[in-house]
Amino acid sequence: MAKTTTAPRARAKAKGKTVAMTGNAGCALAMKQINPDVVAAYPITPQTTIVEEFANYVANGQVDTEYVNVESEHSAMSACIGASAAGARVMTTTSSQGLALMWEELSIASAMRLPIVMHNVNRALSGPINIHCDHSDSMGARDMGWVQLFSETAQESYDNTIIAVKVAEKALLPVMVLHDGFITSHAIDRFDVLDDADVQKFVGEYKPKHALLNVDNPETFGPFAMPAFYYEQRKALRVALDAAKDIVLKVSNDYAKISGREYGLFEEYRLADANIAIVVLGSTAGTTKYVIDEAREKGVKVGMLKLRLFRPFPAAEIAAALSHLKAVAVMDRSDSIGALGGPVYLEVKAALYNSKKRPQIQGYVYGLGGRDTGPDQIETVIEDLKKIAGGKEAPREAVTLLGVKE
Amino acid sequence: MKWNIKGVESWGWKKHPIGATIPEAGNAAYYKTGGWRTEKPVIDREKCNNCLICWINCPDSSVIVKDEKFAGFDYDHCKGCGICAKVCALKAIEMQAERGEE
Repeated sequence: MAKTTTAPRARAKAKGKTVAMTGNAGCALAMKQINPDVVAAYPITPQTTIVEEFANYVANGQVDTEYVNVESEHSAMSACIGASAAGARVMTTTSSQGLALMWEELSIASAMRLPIVMHNVNRALSGPINIHCDHSDSMGARDMGWVQLFSETAQESYDNTIIAVKVAEKALLPVMVLHDGFITSHAIDRFDVLDDADVQKFVGEYKPKHALLNVDNPETFGPFAMPAFYYEQRKALRVALDAAKDIVLKVSNDYAKISGREYGLFEEYRLADANIAIVVLGSTAGTTKYVIDEAREKGVKVGMLKLRLFRPFPAAEIAAALSHLKAVAVMDRSDSIGALGGPVYLEVKAALYNSKKRPQIQGYVYGLGGRDTGPDQIETVIEDLKKIAGGKEAPREAVTLLGVKE
Repeated sequence: MKWNIKGVESWGWKKHPIGATIPEAGNAAYYKTGGWRTEKPVIDREKCNNCLICWINCPDSSVIVKDEKFAGFDYDHCKGCGICAKVCALKAIEMQAERGEE
């Protein structure tokens, strides 16, 4: 069976060093160490400091990257697609409205099977206009054929950025790495980074199988596909994205060998002996662990499943990890308005539907537009779960919006 | 490279190149676009003096020329735009309605 969990962390190996940096600076450092051929990006809060730091690396001659200044994110992703089709290793980064402006290119990048790596710093979509964290930007892009890797901390974000390059090039798919706006992007965190040489050795030289600049064997990229051909391309994309799950595990395992840091499809925290659990992704997982530790002190058998890979969605593995529980709360930092609840809730619920043994499930939306999600909110979730698990309450069909002022 | 696309319309999803690339240059002629046509150009050879203005103006390279003389239309690719009929100084080309499969 595929390894799906994060093992207890080994102490960092001798390689690399410990730094104090913001999540965004860590991401820019990872990009510098990867030294991509082309970066085309446009600044947008809270991603801006990534492109600022990376532009410094370019200006100081610390990377060989061709940095393309563009007039919008629409152009940024278009330039990335052109450069990637040409045969370059390409990275970019954005947030919120920037990701929204890339919309039509997102699905073109995946359909053309271009291994572009993009760091999206999660920020609420307008409107009302807001610059703070929620996941509505990247969740809105969940059906665009990109691999999506969520990060809880600056450490995970740095590691995911390096892992994403190899995943993209093995899967021939674009990869989106996510971390939370301001919470992870701008807070200074303590984490371990690798030496430049080790990152270079890990990502290796990119040798594209197909490239526009291969003039000896000219190829057409991105042609028109009439009804006789389009459908087969979409099937091929679905199969490729499903296959990316095993590639994520393989590359993560290879990365663990040089970093000492192990990652699976998701992280299980005190889940094995739990009877209730919380499913969450992003930085709120940290707060959730803290609350779980406190509840455990009082004898509450609560655990957590923190998603790392959201696309492709590891449905079978999640169903297996949750099936022994009595009640599960799924927490979404975005709402799928008009649906039963947030996207993670819908997917987890669907993943469990055909399981013979399955927990009761209740959905929560939290922290939209950067609303703080403190331990008190997660404590109310655990109280709800205790009632459901004890048969005192049935799970609410309507999603609960935590922390909203009524 | 030379790409054999025999039976391409019925290929399964595994047989197509990854990302829908076309690994052969200059093979657009394989793709027949004549079915888009609602009107087709018909020549009156009595009036035609082989000036080849139609050949110069055809946007789809669908006027066939042999030995510097008009030799017919390529109805596999002609989309029936009517430019040839419009530019013909001798009004030797007439656009006639396609009748489909009667």
